[in-house]
Amino acid sequence: MAAPAKKKVEVVPEKLHVWPYLVRLEFLCAIIVMVLLTVWSITIDAPLEEAANPSKTPNPSKAPWYFLGLQDILVYFDPWFAGVIAPVLIIVGLMLIPYLDVNPKGNGYYTYTERKAAIWIYSFGFLVLWISLIIMGVFLRGPGWNLFMPWEYWDPHKVVALTNVDLPYAFGFRDYVWSSIFGGAVIIGYFAIGTAAYFVLERKAIKNVGFMRMFLKINLFLIMVGIVIKIVLRLGFNIKYVWVTPWFNI
Amino acid sequence: MAGKPQIPNLAEIWNDIKSGKIISDISKSVTESQVWTSSFRHGYADTPRNRVLQIVSNVWLHLHPVKIHRHALRIKFTWCMGGITFLMFLVTVVTGVVLMFYYRPVGEYAYFDMKYLQYDVPFGMLMRNMHRWAAHSMVITVWLHMLRVFLTGSYKPPREFNWVIGVFLVTFTLLLSFTGYLLPWDQLAMWAVTVGTNMARGTPFLGHEGPFAEFVGVTSRYDARSVLLGGSLVGPPALLRFYVLHCILIPLVAGALMIVHFWRIRKDGGISGPL
Repeated sequence: MAAPAKKKVEVVPEKLHVWPYLVRLEFLCAIIVMVLLTVWSITIDAPLEEAANPSKTPNPSKAPWYFLGLQDILVYFDPWFAGVIAPVLIIVGLMLIPYLDVNPKGNGYYTYTERKAAIWIYSFGFLVLWISLIIMGVFLRGPGWNLFMPWEYWDPHKVVALTNVDLPYAFGFRDYVWSSIFGGAVIIGYFAIGTAAYFVLERKAIKNVGFMRMFLKINLFLIMVGIVIKIVLRLGFNIKYVWVTPWFNI
Repeated sequence: MAGKPQIPNLAEIWNDIKSGKIISDISKSVTESQVWTSSFRHGYADTPRNRVLQIVSNVWLHLHPVKIHRHALRIKFTWCMGGITFLMFLVTVVTGVVLMFYYRPVGEYAYFDMKYLQYDVPFGMLMRNMHRWAAHSMVITVWLHMLRVFLTGSYKPPREFNWVIGVFLVTFTLLLSFTGYLLPWDQLAMWAVTVGTNMARGTPFLGHEGPFAEFVGVTSRYDARSVLLGGSLVGPPALLRFYVLHCILIPLVAGALMIVHFWRIRKDGGISGPL
């Protein structure tokens, strides 16, 4: 009781007992969340539509909301990419993050200035390519997967002109084989030039970071940017495919 | 006067009640009984020794370390999202078991069992709502947990491997939710899963509409998608398959990975923080 004022200044121990300091926090958090969930469950019922009917396809047919980002990519890519390759690349790419990001700074605390690129890339992928496409898919995609503003009537007979052409066609190629060669050159050139430019710009880092890391990093990045480029090409310039081959189209 | 029962002295008992002695007497006889001492391995008095024993001698709490850094307690740092995700998982397990008592994953019954659950089973609708909303919440909280871990750079050495486990867990969370989406067997379920599984058609080499499928010889009845559905469309075999995946296989795998995930937090030096 001698000097309570002095006691306050005394250093609080760096390490605290989990019981009670952490356990009570977890318990409190669990109670609050359970109360919220119970209120939510009492007030809002889970949806149950009419019985499943394989001969009655609803328009639009939507995947569960958390997959609507991928479903929206289907507008711009064929199912083999949007539905299979893209999710696999997302999962594998996320797993590779700790092995590709060799920046030792920002380990265990919030910082923007020490790892700007990493935060920009992750936030762009998560907030723009994943979350905003989900929001668009849930609220703005109507019959025929056409875009409808929230105040618009979901007209199942909305006419949308299909004026898309392939990129080689837009550049004047009419021959199938030459179109395919041109498209392939564009795609391969995009990755080759992007990779080369990155290696030239970061040539000092190759020794420390390693060729494999840098190669994977830039190519995953180019794929992510490529998806955005394809979206811009479709929405801005009505380009359907960049590369048409007998086996697959990109 | 052996054998004669002693008559309780009412005044004495009244005194014990008034002074509160009776409470301490009862609690003493309870906490010193063989049943109590064999069940609980430590006292409850707030001593440093008991604070340690609370954690290390309790199977439910022993995943925790005994002591943690002060910064690990900051809600601003953790957002509590990993813990909430796990809580949501536990809610879906408990409510899911209740739902399993009433639900049959058979084409003829599934939808009507849903109706029965909603309109006849006491608290059936509440159980179903809690199951569904907890599942949706789990998807959101696991994403936010991942965002937090990224923003704090907590995937950096020595925690790389736990991040990889975490990515598996995110994937399994989505698959758990997706397989459960079919079970109500209504229009919403059937067509959402149709849209989702149609993607498997496009699998390179293994889907009948995918690139290079012609070199493998897969057909609509025998490709990546039909393995998933047990047929060429979302029918009763798909319902049974999704039910088994949803209730048994994925929860077991996800549960095992969760154990690894939590264990690795400890082994990698507790939750991340500034050095």
